[in-house]
Amino acid sequence: MRLLLREALLSFRRTPALSFLSVVAIAFSLFTVGLFGLVAINMREALRGVEERVEVVAFLLRGTVPETVTLASQDIAAFPEVADVTYVSEDQALAQARRELVEFRDAYSDLQVNPLPASLAIRLKAGFRDAEHVAAVAERVKGFQFVEDVRYGRDWVERLDQLRGTSTIVGLLIGAAFALVAIVIIGVTIRLTILQRAREIAVMRVVGASNWFVRGPFLLEGIVKGLLGGVLALALAYLAYRLFRGNGTGPLAGMVFFEPQHMLALLVFGVVLGLLGSVVSVGRHLQDV
Amino acid sequence: MIRLTRVQKAYPNGAMALRNVSFEVQKGEFVFLTGHSGAGKSTILKLLFAEQRPSAGEVRVANFAVHGMPQSDVPKLRRKLGVVFQDFRLLEDRTTTENIAFALEATGARADTIPARVMRVLTQVGLAAKARAYPRELSGGEQQRVAIARALVNDPVVLLADEPTGNLDERATRGVFQLLREINTAGTTVVMATHDLDLVRQTDYRTIEMRDGGIVFDSAADAPEAP
Repeated sequence: MRLLLREALLSFRRTPALSFLSVVAIAFSLFTVGLFGLVAINMREALRGVEERVEVVAFLLRGTVPETVTLASQDIAAFPEVADVTYVSEDQALAQARRELVEFRDAYSDLQVNPLPASLAIRLKAGFRDAEHVAAVAERVKGFQFVEDVRYGRDWVERLDQLRGTSTIVGLLIGAAFALVAIVIIGVTIRLTILQRAREIAVMRVVGASNWFVRGPFLLEGIVKGLLGGVLALALAYLAYRLFRGNGTGPLAGMVFFEPQHMLALLVFGVVLGLLGSVVSVGRHLQDV
Repeated sequence: MIRLTRVQKAYPNGAMALRNVSFEVQKGEFVFLTGHSGAGKSTILKLLFAEQRPSAGEVRVANFAVHGMPQSDVPKLRRKLGVVFQDFRLLEDRTTTENIAFALEATGARADTIPARVMRVLTQVGLAAKARAYPRELSGGEQQRVAIARALVNDPVVLLADEPTGNLDERATRGVFQLLREINTAGTTVVMATHDLDLVRQTDYRTIEMRDGGIVFDSAADAPEAP
């Protein structure tokens, strides 16, 4: 094992420029994948925040008896999609409007009669916040006689769905494309190393080295390059993250970086790419020398 | 130790490199393979260490049936053989010691046995004083001795030498040939391809002469199926 490592590292020492180039190439490939991952993670974070605010609001007919509302609330809360139901009385609605709609505070404070109806704010459980479920809940709530109107951000919810679907597909496509590029680059650099070491390989063969002894160093070289590329890519991604986030006051101040398991995944991804590239290259070119 | 039976070897373009070659080499023999370039000497050696496979016929070396051998068994055969080439094939960026140790490392020898074994063969080929020299610091004859030491370090039963003196001056040639004779005297079977007829005439070793892929002369009276 120590020997294997020595032979693999020897190739780095003998061809520093080539090795450096391939590590950088892998790093940039993984960096792009990483950047996309970072965007995806932050988008998911942002979507989660928006999603939490997805709620169905049922406006109640004026003069609905509180007991009826309480019973209905319990019914609605028992829907499998529903997380909780909050009764907002007419007075509470007005107070909330005064608090939240600062621009109209004067208008609201001058009112003699409260124009706002009482309502039920229905929040849905995570996993049911997509357009289909929201519409279904709204439809059922509409069935109650004392409900005058049901509102929910239909467009909002649908657009959110689309965004999530598109971002997943685009992410997978770009990720796959760059993974392929990284594999090709590693394959080419391993090929160059093999050609460069043709003499050594021939000697190994003649003295009866096992296939694993001949292949091992190249596979290990691929793994090490993938790992180094991954580390470099993580460092670049962190730099980019710090750059985006700025001094912590801009619009992207709330950006998050990778969790440890994401970083591990990127490194493992690098190693897998390195190994794949070297396996393909060794398989194709080792026979020729 | 070595037996070829009706061996044919066709090049990919259809030309015949070997036609119906049969001979046998006993344990401890020293055999010259002679003939012009392209006569088939190198092809026979390549068949013997499984660098190439025969198109037809049987090749047996040290209890291995080379003609039907799976690729995965080739390393096992080669560990029983030592091979020496005209161009030495030393690794330029390693010292004498490292070049020889490389053969042991590559075949999975125990690390703690390597220095002693390397020193033993270096002494045998008379190069103990050049243990730390790089190939470029050695003469051609010395480089070939290192290559021979590398071939010997795994204690081969057969030593194959393809024009081992082809790149050497007369003095170095004599030294290397003397070394090969000593190795043979110690019990190792040696097959040496050469077109240096002076060398061949110096001794009464068995000589197999090749022409156009066939054997035209075999000095061994009891050679089976010599055409």
